Amino acid sequence: MSIIKSQKDFFAGLLFILFSIGFLWLAKDYNFGSARRMGPAFFPIVLASALLVIGVIIGIRGVAVTEEPPRGFTFKGLVLVIVGTLLFGVLVRHAGVVVATAVLVAVSAFASQHFKLMPTLVLAVGLAAFCAVVFVYLLGLPMPIRGPWLGG
Amino acid sequence: MELLANLYIGLEVALTPINLLYCLGGVFVGTLVGVLPGLGPTATIAMLLPVTFGLPPVSALIMLAGIYYGAQYGGSTTAILINLPGESSSVVTAIDGYQMARQGRAGLALSTAALGSFFAGSVATVLLVLFAPPLAEVALKFGPSEYFSLMVLGLVASVILAHGSLLKAVAMIILGLLLGLVGTDVTSGVPRFSFDVPELADGINFVIVAMGMFGLGEIIRNLENEQVRDVFSKKITGLWPTLADLKQIVAPVLRGTVLGSALGILPGGGAMLASFAAYSLEKRVSRNSANFGKGAIEGVAAPESANNAGAQTSFIPMLTLGIPSNPVMALMIGAMIIQGIQPGPQVMTEQPVLFWGVIVSMWIGNFFLVVLNLPMIGLWVRMLTVPYHLLYPAILVFCAIGVFSLNNADFDVYLMALFGVLGYVFAKLDCEPAPLLLGFILGPMMEEYLRRAMVLSHGDPTIFVSRPISLTMLILAAIALAVVLLPMIRKTREEAFQED
Repeated sequence: MSIIKSQKDFFAGLLFILFSIGFLWLAKDYNFGSARRMGPAFFPIVLASALLVIGVIIGIRGVAVTEEPPRGFTFKGLVLVIVGTLLFGVLVRHAGVVVATAVLVAVSAFASQHFKLMPTLVLAVGLAAFCAVVFVYLLGLPMPIRGPWLGG
Repeated sequence: MELLANLYIGLEVALTPINLLYCLGGVFVGTLVGVLPGLGPTATIAMLLPVTFGLPPVSALIMLAGIYYGAQYGGSTTAILINLPGESSSVVTAIDGYQMARQGRAGLALSTAALGSFFAGSVATVLLVLFAPPLAEVALKFGPSEYFSLMVLGLVASVILAHGSLLKAVAMIILGLLLGLVGTDVTSGVPRFSFDVPELADGINFVIVAMGMFGLGEIIRNLENEQVRDVFSKKITGLWPTLADLKQIVAPVLRGTVLGSALGILPGGGAMLASFAAYSLEKRVSRNSANFGKGAIEGVAAPESANNAGAQTSFIPMLTLGIPSNPVMALMIGAMIIQGIQPGPQVMTEQPVLFWGVIVSMWIGNFFLVVLNLPMIGLWVRMLTVPYHLLYPAILVFCAIGVFSLNNADFDVYLMALFGVLGYVFAKLDCEPAPLLLGFILGPMMEEYLRRAMVLSHGDPTIFVSRPISLTMLILAAIALAVVLLPMIRKTREEAFQED
């Protein structure tokens, strides 16, 4: 039996503690001011201190109260959705919206257990065309259809 | 009559062809969102916000409002036909609605939901017209301390109504408040928590937070256990209720409307709480309570009326006080700020055209919804057959393009991905994203009011308890917190949210 009885509480508490320490550490360089003339650090330090206390309480509950661990964590879904989104960000300006859209669709669709190659390809091509026409031509969003990497 | 004059102003704006079109477009998209499971109103509104930046403020708000209450309608279709609520406020509708569909009464369930929603929406709009002006008048007398206390009350209320652990919800609010402070401090001009990244100097755009946590986070969560949906594919008949049916639903619709309207006004309330409360009330007062869960028509009529009434009246605190009662209202406030409108009680006096135009458009939008939903039900049923594994990549693409086009910055897309990870991790740890978003929007405002109040009182914090309105709100907040902490009430609250 592990010492951590409720993983959800323990890690939630830990996450809140990390966030509060991060904010406190960053806020130490700003002027705290006084209650009458609050400096930029006043509100953040008060809040982050409260978060620290609550985080500790939640974390302690995590070693005290038994609870089921979270189920069905999808590492594959998480990674593919995030990587697809990041790739879109990298590609949209340099390779253009058509390539960026198609890559995002292909990478993220692969996360599904119902993934099939043909429908995904059709979806990727269709959406890329749709986005180029609607967002760039019709709505005039400033995104290249074909970016400089492709000689656009 | 000032009331009639106001309605006239509203009608003039709402009935222009272009605004009718935006209203129709809003409720259409809203219905679509409600019907398609796995895409909530929060993520959709966040996704469509960049599109509305170029519109005049009235048209933008009319469309966004339409998406919100349209989603309440659409959600019931999915709940009834495939036992899968399109969004959270339709969770209880699924219980009896799906049973009705299995008994061959799908048409009756759908029309009950639509008619109940229409009635409730109309009543709630009247309430909005009646109560908004006096409330705004009171709010105009608010000083910074009253505002600060009001925000505390609003945040406390949203904690109470969140699912699961209170402590985690409080922690999420505080984290939201802190994240809202990222960017340049208005008073001193010091860049805070921005890591010298120029894109962070103006703060994090709330659209990025909403889309990351509600859009990406939700998609990843849905990928955990993909189920093949069993769409109710029989032809839907018997759409029109008989006189006997109508008699049976009148009382539940009325009770649902009253309850929903009241709960919608509460800070932290809104459509979801309203539908849960209406269902449990109906179960208690109904004469055939044994029938609940087995296809009781009251179990569809009451919550569907309540969630629509609640969706409309939740605009009251947003429009009159500038306080969001739920994440969708938080996004609307963000949209107003981007349009250059400072949300608060002065909106009604300074922007009467906007204020009354949006309210009157809700009436029109509710009418559109009945027309859109009942005759076109076949179309919505067909939408349900779009498999999720083809839907979510498309949603991702729209999120990515929407966020990129905010500032034409790839940095924003990366930031959205980061919030997507956070949203998923928090969801796995039973920490809800809604309180974080409310805190995020309110963070800068709260700090501003706190500072002003303290300057006024020369640093004396008793200003918050020495002024009666401010004190009242803090006492209400304290009572609210105490009440949920009582073991008995806590148990009922857990039961109420158990269906989820």
